[in-house]
Amino acid sequence: MAKRESNFINMLLTLFAVTFIASASLGLVNEMTRDAIKNANIKAQQKAIAAVLPKFDKLGKSFKIPPKGETDSLELFPALDANGNVVGTAVKTYTNKGFSGHFELMVGFTPDGTISGYQVLQHQETPGLGSKMGEWFRNKDKPKQDIIGKNPGKVNFTVSKDGGDIDAITAATISSRAFLDAVRRAYNTWKNETDATSGSTPQKDDQTKGGNS
Amino acid sequence: MSQMKNFTKGFLKENPVFVLLLGMCPTLGVTSSAINGMGMGLATTFVLVMANLVVSLVKSGIPDKVRIPSFIVIIATFVTIVQLLMQAYLPSLYESLGLFIPLIVVNCIVLGRAEAFASKNTVWSSILDGLGMGLGFTFALILLGSVREFLGSGKIFGLVIYPENYGSLIFVLAPGAFIALGYLIAIINKLKKA
Repeated sequence: MAKRESNFINMLLTLFAVTFIASASLGLVNEMTRDAIKNANIKAQQKAIAAVLPKFDKLGKSFKIPPKGETDSLELFPALDANGNVVGTAVKTYTNKGFSGHFELMVGFTPDGTISGYQVLQHQETPGLGSKMGEWFRNKDKPKQDIIGKNPGKVNFTVSKDGGDIDAITAATISSRAFLDAVRRAYNTWKNETDATSGSTPQKDDQTKGGNS
Repeated sequence: MSQMKNFTKGFLKENPVFVLLLGMCPTLGVTSSAINGMGMGLATTFVLVMANLVVSLVKSGIPDKVRIPSFIVIIATFVTIVQLLMQAYLPSLYESLGLFIPLIVVNCIVLGRAEAFASKNTVWSSILDGLGMGLGFTFALILLGSVREFLGSGKIFGLVIYPENYGSLIFVLAPGAFIALGYLIAIINKLKKA
């Protein structure tokens, strides 16, 4: 078979053709999957919200507010009963202190600030160690590590090694610290927001934006 | 070389992980459990087959001096397609593999096979080569993942074999990956000689 000669024009044309076809096919696939990806993300988010909150009838409008002194916003999802009363708020929160950096949680609060549930949205913590955080902090048999039903405003939400009230995951203290950091960030943001509701109106944001991380 | 050999050589004789020692980064990174190893292996297999197919089709049209950049663009395109499709239709698998998928681009196996095999052979041989190499890679990742999961947390594919407390954590972490891989390579070499 005759190879094409490596002269300038041939090389230029080849690279142009290859990159052109590549970008065209990527654009096509992106177009095809965009809606599916968006739906998958929204569905995952809805599922997480339902999992962390007590029973509710409908979701109120979500909004984003940055935690104190930070720029990355947290997203709050108020849940309402049939009469329009708030029965709980799900907060999508994060931390950057994980063993492998960033991870995200969904934490649910009842109106008095008690944690009604949590779910790990995405993480890269060590499998078998930090990855246990999905079950560890909801173990009803071990009240020292269970955070469900506790109020971060009343209980010291740091690991017992640091003088707090929550037992860290065995051999994964860093992941545990990061986990509690994310919960505290959610709680403080939610608290500030709830306390201030009488005054300022929260900055509204549509739900599809920024759900993708 | 017969067609059958193109397919089977990837499993043992030229296994990309145990014999060619290619693609160590994803190998060591994802094999903390058997299921992760399998997902990564199958995704790589798809990319390998598609990249080999396309490279062997266009090989005579690509001048030698720009063949590497062209191959990389072709490979990267398929990786991104895999990533988008997985994100859209298999979100749970994407969740656990997300970080490693872009790594397939820099996996030497894919470029290695495009360069060493597909650019010199027919389309059909190249597909078989890609399939064999990919499945060999998958087999290696599942084996390594199973060993690490078993020694580290007492499970294989999430099935509990013995209580987790007796597992030795080091096998789930990076050093365990090197140790387990070293022993597996030694065993495979021994088996190959026998």
